[in-house]
Amino acid sequence: MNYIPHTPEDIQQMLATIGAKSIDELFKDIPEELKPKSFNLPASKSEYQVTQSLQKLSAKNAAGLVNFLGAGFYDHIIPAAVDSLSSRPEFYTAYTPYQPECSQGWLQAIYEYQSLICELTGLDVSNASLYDGGTALFESAMMALRHTGRNKIILDSGVNLIYRTMLYTYTSNLAIEFVEIPVAHGQSCREELFKYLDDKTAAVIFQNPNFFGAVDDYSDIVERVHKCGALAIASVYPISLGMLKTPGEMGFDIATGEGQSLGILLSFGGPYLGFMAARSQLVRQMPGRIVGATVDSDGKRGFVLTLQAREQHIRRQKATSNICSNEALCALRAAVFMSLLGREGFKELAEHNYQKAEFAKETLSRINGVQVKRSSPTFNEFTVLLPRQADEVVQRMIEKGFACGFPLGRFYKGMDNYLLVAVTEKRTKEEICRLADSLEAVL
Amino acid sequence: MNIPKDFFYTKDHEWARIEGKIAYVGITDYAAHSLGDITFVELPKINETLKQAGHCATVESVKAASDVYAPLSGKVLTVNTQLAANPELINQSAYEKGYFFSMEFSNETEKAKLMDAAGYQKYVEGIAE
Repeated sequence: MNYIPHTPEDIQQMLATIGAKSIDELFKDIPEELKPKSFNLPASKSEYQVTQSLQKLSAKNAAGLVNFLGAGFYDHIIPAAVDSLSSRPEFYTAYTPYQPECSQGWLQAIYEYQSLICELTGLDVSNASLYDGGTALFESAMMALRHTGRNKIILDSGVNLIYRTMLYTYTSNLAIEFVEIPVAHGQSCREELFKYLDDKTAAVIFQNPNFFGAVDDYSDIVERVHKCGALAIASVYPISLGMLKTPGEMGFDIATGEGQSLGILLSFGGPYLGFMAARSQLVRQMPGRIVGATVDSDGKRGFVLTLQAREQHIRRQKATSNICSNEALCALRAAVFMSLLGREGFKELAEHNYQKAEFAKETLSRINGVQVKRSSPTFNEFTVLLPRQADEVVQRMIEKGFACGFPLGRFYKGMDNYLLVAVTEKRTKEEICRLADSLEAVL
Repeated sequence: MNIPKDFFYTKDHEWARIEGKIAYVGITDYAAHSLGDITFVELPKINETLKQAGHCATVESVKAASDVYAPLSGKVLTVNTQLAANPELINQSAYEKGYFFSMEFSNETEKAKLMDAAGYQKYVEGIAE
């Protein structure tokens, strides 16, 4: 069967219309080194053969490692009900809910997701989700620029480097002045920050816990930020909100974050989940879809996409964002995950993470030459100073069966001997003790 | 169609009522009806400096979001705070209760670029055909 619908005559006609002599001429802007050397594909394989070769590929994954690696993505327990409910065909095969009359189930699920995100962050409104933590943070910066009409953004360097890089990439063609504030003793350096905070500042952006795992109360900074007429934005780790002060309690205007830890599988590159919540005054600057509750003509409760005049299909090039999609299935998983845990369960989960990490800190600090950094409180992730290069240690620990953490030297200059260790509720006392023993052996 | 006599008009369907150095600004009855039920309006900030034909406000209706352009250059004096809670005033009373803001305009000669009521009437009839 021929899968190419165009006859040679069709192709000639199209080329003549656009004024190109050949297909090669049409693609001449593509650099030679990027063009494939040949289009000769290998002969087709049977289903069985394909399965075999994919299995061979997947066997290359170091899947059995005991995981102490976090750095933005965390290895949490996912209850079986999350898979079971999110794979129901009513959800799994449905297209985006443009027509409320035939999408009530989906709309209600997203509405509940939004309500849960609002409760979690302590803020008024949530959108229907964004692609990932990085895009959510970028969009929140754009909200602040539009809301204030200013063009300076102060970024704490405790914000994940991946997110900072995404911010710079997405805004590379805009006239935005970025200032990065160094982290001092694990926490945001207030003195430095206040030097740059002025009436040109649109937003100040933090991460809590920051990339080093340090927890901070930003209330004092947020107050100063508001005095300057700027917005305060926090990128947060949702599980930590089971025990930490919420962004709402600290006075933040917008909270964003990576929702992977809310029932979404760890996978290389996603799909993940960007969440965003804000104060109600900012709702019209919010990107993406928002589901609202309403009543139908019989007075029965129902759900619709609301405030759509912000969006691309109505406002065109002046839309708040070019994102008019969301991560519906991932948001559904998050909603199911949070509902299953409930308020008390969520607190308990956070408590487990905290206690286990504290136990790991104790255990690791007993190793000769290893120094656990204690200048600020942490949640479930902390920084360890090793007597040798962390990159090397990580390699050796893989041989011992551990993903022992993230070498901070990859993201921060001069931190080659620092390791970032995450401990979730999944890790047992025995695993933590084995981690310490193995670490001692490889140092 | 309601087109008050002593007002000035733009091709983008804004009106300006001029009292000395001060201009009251809104969108015309024709514009309000074309947009349908108006649900939200984003107004300029007080003291903001506007440029003639520059973007100064945004109107959202159930059908569309449209930009509003300043009929004259100058500085915003007051904004109609009623519109935040009652955007329907624009549909009900485009030239009075539904005004957007007042401004102190800076350049008398810019008035020459605006249409009078008769001119705007003709312009709108032209669009209708």
